[in-house]
Amino acid sequence: MPDHSISRVEPRGPRPQRFISRDKLFLYGVLIVFAIYYLLPLYVMIVTSLKGMPEIRLGNIFAPPVEITFQPWLDAWSSTCTGLTCEGLSRGFFNSVKITVPSVILSILIASINGYALANWRIKGADVFFTILIVGAFIPYQVMIYPIVILLRELGLYGSLTGLTLVHTVFGMPILTLLFRNYFSSIPEELFKAARVDGAGFWGIYLKIMLPMALPIFTVAVILQVTGIWNDFLFGVIFTRPENYPMTVQLNNIVNSVQGVKEYNINMAATLLTGLVPLAIYFLSGKLFVRGIAAGAVKG
Amino acid sequence: MSKVAFRRWRLGNASALAASIPMVLTALVVYLGCTLWTIGYSFTNSRLLPNAEWTGLSQYRRLWTTRRWLISIENLAIYGAMMLVLSLVLGFVLAAMLDRKIRFENTFRAIFLYPYALSFIVTGLVWQWLLNPEFGIQRFVRELGLADFSFDPLYSPQLVLIGVIAAALWHGIGLVMCLMLAGLRGIDEDIWKATRVDGISTWKTYLFIILPMMRNVFVTALVLITSGIIKLYDLIIAQTGGGPGLSSEVPAKYVFDYLFQSQNLGQAFAASTMMLVAVTFVIIPWAILEFGGKKRA
Repeated sequence: MPDHSISRVEPRGPRPQRFISRDKLFLYGVLIVFAIYYLLPLYVMIVTSLKGMPEIRLGNIFAPPVEITFQPWLDAWSSTCTGLTCEGLSRGFFNSVKITVPSVILSILIASINGYALANWRIKGADVFFTILIVGAFIPYQVMIYPIVILLRELGLYGSLTGLTLVHTVFGMPILTLLFRNYFSSIPEELFKAARVDGAGFWGIYLKIMLPMALPIFTVAVILQVTGIWNDFLFGVIFTRPENYPMTVQLNNIVNSVQGVKEYNINMAATLLTGLVPLAIYFLSGKLFVRGIAAGAVKG
Repeated sequence: MSKVAFRRWRLGNASALAASIPMVLTALVVYLGCTLWTIGYSFTNSRLLPNAEWTGLSQYRRLWTTRRWLISIENLAIYGAMMLVLSLVLGFVLAAMLDRKIRFENTFRAIFLYPYALSFIVTGLVWQWLLNPEFGIQRFVRELGLADFSFDPLYSPQLVLIGVIAAALWHGIGLVMCLMLAGLRGIDEDIWKATRVDGISTWKTYLFIILPMMRNVFVTALVLITSGIIKLYDLIIAQTGGGPGLSSEVPAKYVFDYLFQSQNLGQAFAASTMMLVAVTFVIIPWAILEFGGKKRA
């Protein structure tokens, strides 16, 4: 922009900043206030879970623990009561693992094949079903839940982990299929055509070419599904029997149970335990997590 | 095409068709079939079990005269309006602040987004604890010296939604911020240079130049937030249980209670059909914006 260089000369290189400007100071101030709003609940959860009950009754909610105790964590894991039984959250944890692992594998497997078939094979009419899926993703679960209960009951799967796995697969399908379809569409078509000329079939191309190339998107899908299914409450409470309840349902039963004295330290330890898996995934996966959640915004 | 190649081509297509069976079944049986089934049975007097006896609009008439449903709708409207405005505004403001070439941007972003990784159950329980009148923020401020300070939203029918919204915003703004930040990063650096040359102030640039350019991001965020609003259930269960009284009841909870507790299936089907109608008003404008006019690739 040579015309404007008289009115404003832009120096080269980074601007020398000797002090923080007033605007920047304001900016950081607001950001820090927000950061406190965001971090405070986590901080309160942690300090509460490390206090004994007498200290909670006497001190304030923000005070750091005077006497650190890990007993609430142990109790939350192995001995706190969920209404009927007193065996802690450990059972819910293993139930959640048993629910999450097969659901993640099955839903991603089916959705990746869907996406591959849609993007590369372009079967006549398949787009109609894909459109139904995408529009269906907006239908409130409430509308479909009861007929699904009937279907699963007829199949003899209602209340079982298999049934819940199928439910997670079905409800994860729209977003995951979209994710894989868009990814496979971006792979150069020549690659696919060359493989076909060489005589590779549907499964051959999928296993030998598409699967190895799609590893990044598989990672995104795994992050998306593990957090989503681990955090699920609704399907867990509707489609499983109490002995199979996932961790979220058990947690809610522990904390919101009406009987007995409320032990807030154990409640907070239990809450943190339940949040630990998704939090670990979040902090380990970094940018991939953002990609996963932004996947909902990917244009079709 | 040689005969062998043609046979292989047919075989490949057959496999592709076979592989699509789960998708086709899901689309037809679950998304289409189950939805139509529920709509159909909303016109019956099903109680404990589905019952095909046609009773016209009686379930709907009953629904719209039930106080609990009317309260649920009103709550959802208040919650929805506040969530939409606050998450769009705060999400954009946070994104704009992070886009000002600040230090520790990644740290701030990680802090604003982490609650999104947590479940609504965890979110609801933490905020229930923070807002606990006996031990939480209220007591903390009172101990600071303001003995009359009262902040007890979860036990006040007028304020309970404020408590729910505080928790929901904590959980959800990060996502909106991330979408907005991606949108801001997509805006050409030259636009900023041009406005600087023309001497337009920063906030005016955001308001009158950048905002209109981010229309698509806003539509996406709007759709995401709205579909989240209608689903509101877990958070209520964990944080308030619908109380005090009926003052934080929501439509999703109405449906589930009638399905699995009150054993009045017809009411639940009618209520869920009304939710579907509400969603349709969101999907149609979105579909027109997204797919209308331009051809899909």
